[in-house]
Amino acid sequence: MSSSTDTSERGTAGPNPEQGRAGATPPPRRRQTRSDSWQRRIPLLPALIFVIVMTQLPFLGTIIISFMNWNAYYPDERGFAGFSNFARVFTDVNARSAVVVTILITVSTVLISLVLGLAIALLLDRKFRGQGIVRTMMIAPFLVVPVAAALLWKHALYNPEYGLFNGLLTLVLGEDAPQPDWVGSMPLPALVAALVWQWTPFMMLILLAGLQSRPLDVVEAARIDGASEFRIFTSMTLPHLRQYIELSTLLGTIYVVQNFDHVFTITAGATGTANLPYFIYQTFYTAQDYGRASAAGVVTVVGTLVVAMFALRTAFAIFKEEGR
Amino acid sequence: MSTTASTRGDRTTPATTTQTVGGRTFVQTKPPRRGMLLTTLAWVVGVLFFFPVLWMVLVSFRAETDAASNPPVLFAPVSLEGYRTFFAAGPWPPLLNSMTASVVSTILVILLAFPAAYALSIRPVKKWTDVLFFFLSTKMLPIVAGILPIYLFAQATNLLDNIWLLIILYTSMNMPIAVWMLQSFLSEVPVEMLEAAQVDGAGLLTTLRQVVAPVVMPGIASAALICFIFSWNELLLARVLTSTVASTAPVFLTGFVTSQGLFLAKVCAASFVVSLPVLAAGFAAQDKLVQGLSMGAVK
Repeated sequence: MSSSTDTSERGTAGPNPEQGRAGATPPPRRRQTRSDSWQRRIPLLPALIFVIVMTQLPFLGTIIISFMNWNAYYPDERGFAGFSNFARVFTDVNARSAVVVTILITVSTVLISLVLGLAIALLLDRKFRGQGIVRTMMIAPFLVVPVAAALLWKHALYNPEYGLFNGLLTLVLGEDAPQPDWVGSMPLPALVAALVWQWTPFMMLILLAGLQSRPLDVVEAARIDGASEFRIFTSMTLPHLRQYIELSTLLGTIYVVQNFDHVFTITAGATGTANLPYFIYQTFYTAQDYGRASAAGVVTVVGTLVVAMFALRTAFAIFKEEGR
Repeated sequence: MSTTASTRGDRTTPATTTQTVGGRTFVQTKPPRRGMLLTTLAWVVGVLFFFPVLWMVLVSFRAETDAASNPPVLFAPVSLEGYRTFFAAGPWPPLLNSMTASVVSTILVILLAFPAAYALSIRPVKKWTDVLFFFLSTKMLPIVAGILPIYLFAQATNLLDNIWLLIILYTSMNMPIAVWMLQSFLSEVPVEMLEAAQVDGAGLLTTLRQVVAPVVMPGIASAALICFIFSWNELLLARVLTSTVASTAPVFLTGFVTSQGLFLAKVCAASFVVSLPVLAAGFAAQDKLVQGLSMGAVK
């Protein structure tokens, strides 16, 4: 990244002697750089301090409360609890199920959206009549407010009596068509399907942008040399897309891990679909067990951090290449 | 692009093109059927993804008895019953709250993120990459892990059910995205031009307007769009921290669907109205949307 080099140095290197604000003689210059480095920091500080206060302080609070016995329904019993909250989180069947559900929802949603998004991006990366209209139609699911989308899927699509899916089954198979209770009989796939509908456009948009930034003259040359379309895809398109695939996976994961709206709306965490955000929300908001909710929160963050370590390294590589 | 464009699926061009490249003549044959097939497939997929949105709009304009039909009908008599019920339920205060929280927090985000991005790109601090990654790492901290102390703090300071609490929280929620995006755009500002402008005696404002703004304005627009959308969509914080006065549109939406009986048209009308600002903003600025979603990595 070129801009990381000191501007004042480049200033003195210029042909015009008066332009370098950092003076010409060494001693004042050193003093200058110290005040200069503070000058550089000042614009950064408001945002940085704000984010530290708003994200790190609450989490510190969560860590402290996780070691406390604190249930709002029993205010007299508040006190130090040691590791008992953590013990309860690790032995609680619901908490462990929440961990598994979070992983299941995130991995399946991100993977399916990624594959579908890539396929659709490839379809849209050609000139055809109505290309713009199809692209616009594809974006629409992402622009529906998540709660509204969840309500739409739950009531207008999944409802066993008058939902669109069962209505279409009746339309195609006649009066005795099966009328499954989608959410009741397969809650997790129902959740994932609704999420995939919203996140596929997201993946598609980033991947399509990646495809369109592909140097086409090289592809053309390969085609002239007789490379098959499949060969071009695997050895030219995919490597070029790698960083876009990684980026969309990283960002998709960040958002889907935290999903609360769909779980809250479509299943309300019933029948083994409570993910960690919903489990913590319930423990804290409904059961008012602050200690246990905080312990679960700490566990979530530690788990996220492990994943994030890898993700951040990947992100670093992506943006380093991008940043030139 | 131009050579491929003509051979790829455009139905009006002949299926066979002959090109002479470097002394070799090569013939590219592509059956027109394949192009047609891919075009049809693209349309089918697009319609499939769009259909639930279209269905929401169609159903919202029906009477409840027509809305809950099985088998479904594509066109039914138009009725505004759903919208009437929705607007009678008092959605304006939550909608206004959502608008206030989204707009004000977006403005605050840009005001704070712009100088920060400047200090991470044009006149970078030492270890600016570490700072940048610190911002990104906070995005990985699940909101739910900090929500309880925020709730207790708000309770103790009487900030529960106050729109300003949401504004501040949305500002911090979106700050990392905005800093990343603006940093990525600002790092494209030609530093040489900045210096040249200074040499020419241009003031700070002139420099900002003529050198920085053209490169950065698209970035600011994308960042603002994405911050607006994420604030407007947010449910968990709003649900926990507001109740009656400061509740937002998504919270109102979850509370709206408690009634028994036929309510499909109502639900669809409500969902459509609440989604409308995001749909409008997103469609109007599709390219900005891509830049925003990729946090500036795609320009």
